Amino acid sequence: MTERGPETVTASVARAERVRGPWADVWAQFRKHKGAMMALGVLGTLALVCLVGPLVWRIDPNFIESDTVKMFKMRNQGPSFAHPLGTDQLGRDMLARMMFGGRISLAVGTVAMLVAIFIGTAVGVIAGYFRRMDGLLMRLTDLFLALPLLPLLLVMMFLFRDSISGALGPRLGTFLLIVLAIGLTSWMQAARVVRGEVLALKEREFVLAARSIGTPSRRIITRHILPNVLSPVLVAATLGIAAAIITESVLSFLGLGFPPDFPTWGRLLYDGIAEIRTYPERVMWPGIAISLTVLSVNYIGDGLRDALDPRIRGR
Amino acid sequence: MADGGRIAQGKPLVQVRDLKMHFPIYAGILRRKVGAVKAVDGVSFDIMAGETLGLVGESGCGKSTVGRALLRLYELTGGSVVIDGEDVATLSPDALRRKRPMMQMVFQDPQASLNPRMTLAAIIGEPLDEHTDWSDEKKTARVHELMDQVGLNRRFANRYPHEFSGGQRQRIGIARALALNPKFIVCDEPIAALDVSIQAQVVNLLEDLQDTLGLTYLFISHDLSMVRHIADRVAVMYLGQIAELSPREALYARPLHPYAKALLSAVPEADPSLEATRQRIILTGDVPSPANPPKGCNFCTRCPQVIPMCREVEPKLTEVEPGRFVACHLVGPNNAGGHASPGAEVREHNQQGELS
Repeated sequence: MTERGPETVTASVARAERVRGPWADVWAQFRKHKGAMMALGVLGTLALVCLVGPLVWRIDPNFIESDTVKMFKMRNQGPSFAHPLGTDQLGRDMLARMMFGGRISLAVGTVAMLVAIFIGTAVGVIAGYFRRMDGLLMRLTDLFLALPLLPLLLVMMFLFRDSISGALGPRLGTFLLIVLAIGLTSWMQAARVVRGEVLALKEREFVLAARSIGTPSRRIITRHILPNVLSPVLVAATLGIAAAIITESVLSFLGLGFPPDFPTWGRLLYDGIAEIRTYPERVMWPGIAISLTVLSVNYIGDGLRDALDPRIRGR
Repeated sequence: MADGGRIAQGKPLVQVRDLKMHFPIYAGILRRKVGAVKAVDGVSFDIMAGETLGLVGESGCGKSTVGRALLRLYELTGGSVVIDGEDVATLSPDALRRKRPMMQMVFQDPQASLNPRMTLAAIIGEPLDEHTDWSDEKKTARVHELMDQVGLNRRFANRYPHEFSGGQRQRIGIARALALNPKFIVCDEPIAALDVSIQAQVVNLLEDLQDTLGLTYLFISHDLSMVRHIADRVAVMYLGQIAELSPREALYARPLHPYAKALLSAVPEADPSLEATRQRIILTGDVPSPANPPKGCNFCTRCPQVIPMCREVEPKLTEVEPGRFVACHLVGPNNAGGHASPGAEVREHNQQGELS
């Protein structure tokens, strides 16, 4: 015991010197969450297939046989080696359409969620932390909540689609417009939840302690408030991705989203619905893809929330 | 710098004059201001460099508000707080931020005063991040030094607050307060949330730190025995005002203000034979609302020795004996020792005494 003394001390000092980064702990805890790891795998595979797949499976998703007779033969085929997921009502390859559609749907879901969460968190934190802004910002939130969102979205698309498409090209223009429109109309829940949390957090003694140290408000918010409102924000974010993908398909279905020949998962779903009794697989493929995405995003959010909370970590 | 306090003994480090902290009450449909909770209403005292001023009183009397107002965690309603030559109450935000390193606070609830998502190193290092431009190595070295000072193992640096016991958490809070070499520390009931066995550890730690670093404390507590142990002078507060401010020994041996008498008569005695004969002054009634305090003396509604003058004229805190300040009409410079006839006091035999 005594002869080991000096070594033990130096070892403990050496261990103490190394201030471990917080992300190593987070990742270690995240890996313990089996559901989240599986979900990460599923979502990763989906994203990878959508991104890399079209480079391997080189069929144009919009290719229609120009010979009418051939085209009619190609329609509504079941799964085969030439078309693993079959073909649609115009003889287009479903696998290629699914992969291209996945790119758009995943991108719309993620970016629209980021926009909504960013606005929602910002509004919630400012309203909760700065007393003066509270009334104004919360009435604004109520105003947005009271708006009928679908008609509003339709009007926005109708008014701005052509001008934005003209300026940025039809693809990027529509994408930006849809993402912004969905983001701008779905931040209210997040804002309310975050504001409530901030109001409670603001009165906690550690915020008072930070003020007694002389920490300015902006760093109190980034250092003490934001990390502690992470849980509700993550929950809102995971639900937001699902809602955004579905809203996008609604818009596409109503003819005001992406152009009709432009595949997205929501679009494919609605195209298939008309013939669900004869060709149920055409609804199932995009349905399964959307469900898997939403489910895995929820699991990942669950795992992240646990991993980011030091009180749960290590249990 | 840190030892300066001891040398300059006898010179006031903190001078509080007529400190007022009123919280507005809003009511009605238009949310108009209809009144104010006078949490602190005209408090004046000095704290000498290197001394510990105990601040006692029942809950809701404004002790913690005084502590927080001193560090300007609230915007004062009135009065001045001069700390080391600068009036904290009127400093600009920038100047106040530069002033912060010399005045720090230890909080009541060690669980709530530490951010659950920060590691111990980040919590103790936060003041350093805010007020120094040191390199990471230098900060880490300072954090380790502070952890040694308060008796925390260096290996704990990467742990989170929930992994510690209450006493250890309070040590973290103390280490954070010490990080910038402050001169003045407000201890806002630092031991109230702790176990009795841990209370002694923390109080002894605070005393040791005072000896080595020459700190000046404002020690807020409702634990009269603990205040007797740590404080040099003690201020007794009642309903937002100071009733009596006296050196510790004099106050505990012979309290002058009727409220101080009643308060100190509630302290249990360790010796059973003395405890049996302890005379307890039981006050009747409740503390008046601080939103609507009585017209004259704040204590006149419950004072056992009340005279008509008390209900009309507010007594001022005056020096009745050298070093002893009392706000009471019955205690003047002339009749400091003498109090009204004992019959006027509602004296009741202590129940514990009867049982034993």
